[in-house]
Amino acid sequence: MAGMVEKRGAGYWMTHLGLIIGLLFIFFPIWLAFVASTVSQPEIVKPPMPLLPGDQFFENYRKALFSGINAPVALMMLNSLVMALGIAFGKIVISLLSAFAIVYFKFPGRRLFFWLIFLTLMLPVEVRIVPTYQVVANFGMLNSYSGLILPLIASATATFLFRQFFMTVPDELAEAARVDGARPMRFFWDILLPMSRTNIAALFVILFIYGWNQYLWPLLITTDPSMNTIVMGIKQMFPSGDDIADWPVIMATSILAMIPPVIVVISMQKLFIRGLVDSEK
Amino acid sequence: MEKRVTFKGIWLPLLLVLPQLVITAVFFFYPAGQAVYQSLFIPDPFGLSMQWVGLGNFEYLLGNAYYRASFVTTAVFSVAVTVVSMGVALYLAVLADRLIKGSGVYRTLLIWPYAVAPAVAGVLWLFMFNTRVGVVTWYLGVLGYDWNHVLNGEEAMGLVVVASAWGRISYNFLFFLAGLQAIPRSVIEAAAIDGARFWTRFRTIVWPLLSPTTFFLLVVNIVYAFFETFGVIHTITGGGPQQATTILVYKVFSDGFVGQDLGSSAAQSVILLVIVGALTILQFKYIERRVHY
Repeated sequence: MAGMVEKRGAGYWMTHLGLIIGLLFIFFPIWLAFVASTVSQPEIVKPPMPLLPGDQFFENYRKALFSGINAPVALMMLNSLVMALGIAFGKIVISLLSAFAIVYFKFPGRRLFFWLIFLTLMLPVEVRIVPTYQVVANFGMLNSYSGLILPLIASATATFLFRQFFMTVPDELAEAARVDGARPMRFFWDILLPMSRTNIAALFVILFIYGWNQYLWPLLITTDPSMNTIVMGIKQMFPSGDDIADWPVIMATSILAMIPPVIVVISMQKLFIRGLVDSEK
Repeated sequence: MEKRVTFKGIWLPLLLVLPQLVITAVFFFYPAGQAVYQSLFIPDPFGLSMQWVGLGNFEYLLGNAYYRASFVTTAVFSVAVTVVSMGVALYLAVLADRLIKGSGVYRTLLIWPYAVAPAVAGVLWLFMFNTRVGVVTWYLGVLGYDWNHVLNGEEAMGLVVVASAWGRISYNFLFFLAGLQAIPRSVIEAAAIDGARFWTRFRTIVWPLLSPTTFFLLVVNIVYAFFETFGVIHTITGGGPQQATTILVYKVFSDGFVGQDLGSSAAQSVILLVIVGALTILQFKYIERRVHY
């Protein structure tokens, strides 16, 4: 509400101008990637490349999706989708259950358990990467979905969030359920779960993006190109020697790698912002 | 903090926590323990036995010029990423906050890059600055500047900083905008009526009231620069040239998986563990304070 303060004059247009310059800075790399994904290789290797889209859109995307370089990108996208959904659903389910237990029961070891999961908040997978890799290798889970998903579920951020939320649920609800003779799981399904819908959805958005955008972990454990995820697979498309990379296909893949998380962020903007703010609190 | 009303039962709650307990034990506590354990040994060249060296790995690391250089690189890198991304985000948020209408449109447009993976951001920036085909490289050449981040360590650092900061602007923008919109308009308007110009108002009212958000973002962005930028560095420079962009997390990876130096890599993990621990405690302490604020 700058209206009271600033007159709508030069300042107003300068504000828009400033924002538009910022937007250009942010969009330029994406625009260039898009342009590169619609032109032919010779147009790129003879710089400067054009700044407006060419006519090779279908050709490049068809090539990327169905043949790719090491593996078809469509397959890599499927792997990413399984991984992202697995992480999001897996983490939400185990966290809901354990948060419910911690908040609504008094059982031996409850406090210890709470501190154990709290500790996991402190250690990203990057820090314990070598031993975690050894564990997954010993279980024979290299190049498998469970190997991609399980180690990334082993953190308690979501448990922590659900615990915080359950603490704000009025005690009267649980009391009423108990008076009515409802079993704990009945209360969980019929009352707690429906009340947590928004929190679950917000967390889902954040976790989906987190899972989809993983890089280091899939890089280590998927040595078989058919198990590569799209985000880590892009780097694998670069030739190792001095050859020139197939830029149009690589850029088409980069665009394809962005589309699902961008759709999730834009279409669920409100939930996304809420999830972001909640998960950082 | 405890619930007044709880259900009875011991087996049901234990069953409910079991899945998380098993996964955390197997994929978190066991590997973390392994990292600490391995950091005290040196494996023989054939990987058949381990020799106890106590704190030898740590002593070796702290005396190692490459490792110390990696500390400095990490510090420069994370401060630069934090300053660039927060600076740009604050600038955009202040502008968006000035608008009566349309800040929502800009917000929708600006949150986009959050969804772009760091590794993909790396590829986008690599493409623009590629020494052979990069558009920006070509135009810089026309201006008489010979860009080559493959050989020039400072240019390599600049490129990974910008690529990492770029993807982070959205996140910081959202928090800054929310912080700005939470400042009561009446305070700002009162100052305006008293004749305070925009810059004075910003310096004396907005910036101090925004400080909790700023401090929070500072910690979060440093953590981001430490751990989540691996993809950017791996795609753009691979830690080079001459380790100019080898940050600590990258070194854990390259010593452990490329160099197969497990003892050293584990010791580095433990050092990182201490750093994250300290940052997390800082963050929680601060949030504790914000509750009372």
